[in-house]
Amino acid sequence: MWATLSLESRFESTEIAERALVDLFGEAGVGGDEEYWILTALREAIANAIRHGHYGRPEESVRVDYRIKADRVSITVVDQGNGFDPAVIPDPRDAENLLKPCGRGIFYMRRFMDEVAFRRGPGGGTMVCMNRKLTPRSIKE
Amino acid sequence: MKQQIRDAGDVRIISLSGKITIGAGDVMLRELINESLEAGSTKVLLDLGGITAIDSSGIGEMVASYTSAKNRGAQLKLVNLSKKINDILQVTQLITVFDVFDNEAEAVQSFG
Repeated sequence: MWATLSLESRFESTEIAERALVDLFGEAGVGGDEEYWILTALREAIANAIRHGHYGRPEESVRVDYRIKADRVSITVVDQGNGFDPAVIPDPRDAENLLKPCGRGIFYMRRFMDEVAFRRGPGGGTMVCMNRKLTPRSIKE
Repeated sequence: MKQQIRDAGDVRIISLSGKITIGAGDVMLRELINESLEAGSTKVLLDLGGITAIDSSGIGEMVASYTSAKNRGAQLKLVNLSKKINDILQVTQLITVFDVFDNEAEAVQSFG
């Protein structure tokens, strides 16, 4: 089961991406907490692409690929930005960062997915690849 | 996001419902709290009982509002957090920053 979206780089697009994943999860029988946390990670990945990848330039596009196979969901979000080094992202739980208003998005993605990898996208931007094992009761191929 | 604002004595209670996510509630949250602080409220209680989802932008606005209130000598406290919002605050250790209450009466009383 899979889907691909090409979205305008606007925050409203996050809703479209969420709805698409909810639809897929509906068909696959995935729901509850599992769905909630995966949607949270998706929201963060798309928000990063729009805010940090494209700096709000709506003419850029964000590509989102979803794949549900066997007991795993894989989500890829690709932007057309300049990329970044995830190694330099500070831990938002450190005392000096605790009261900062930003810097938690990647932390949440890593927390709520099993694997999160940042790669160079085909067009030079950032490609975020996330996946998470799904609970056996919920899988419908 | 929808909001309802009322006062219980000198405590300004802002009840929110819906999503506090980027472009859909995060800015509104900041404005609501800023307006209350500008109007002279020094005791602000954020009721998150109706919130279905929050992202890092929403959390960031809550943290910024907390700091803004503190810098003005005001207090911002939270009440009626769902388990998921509680979890989101727990994993980033923000639960140690905010005063969080299970019910409104207890929260209002805590302001003194």
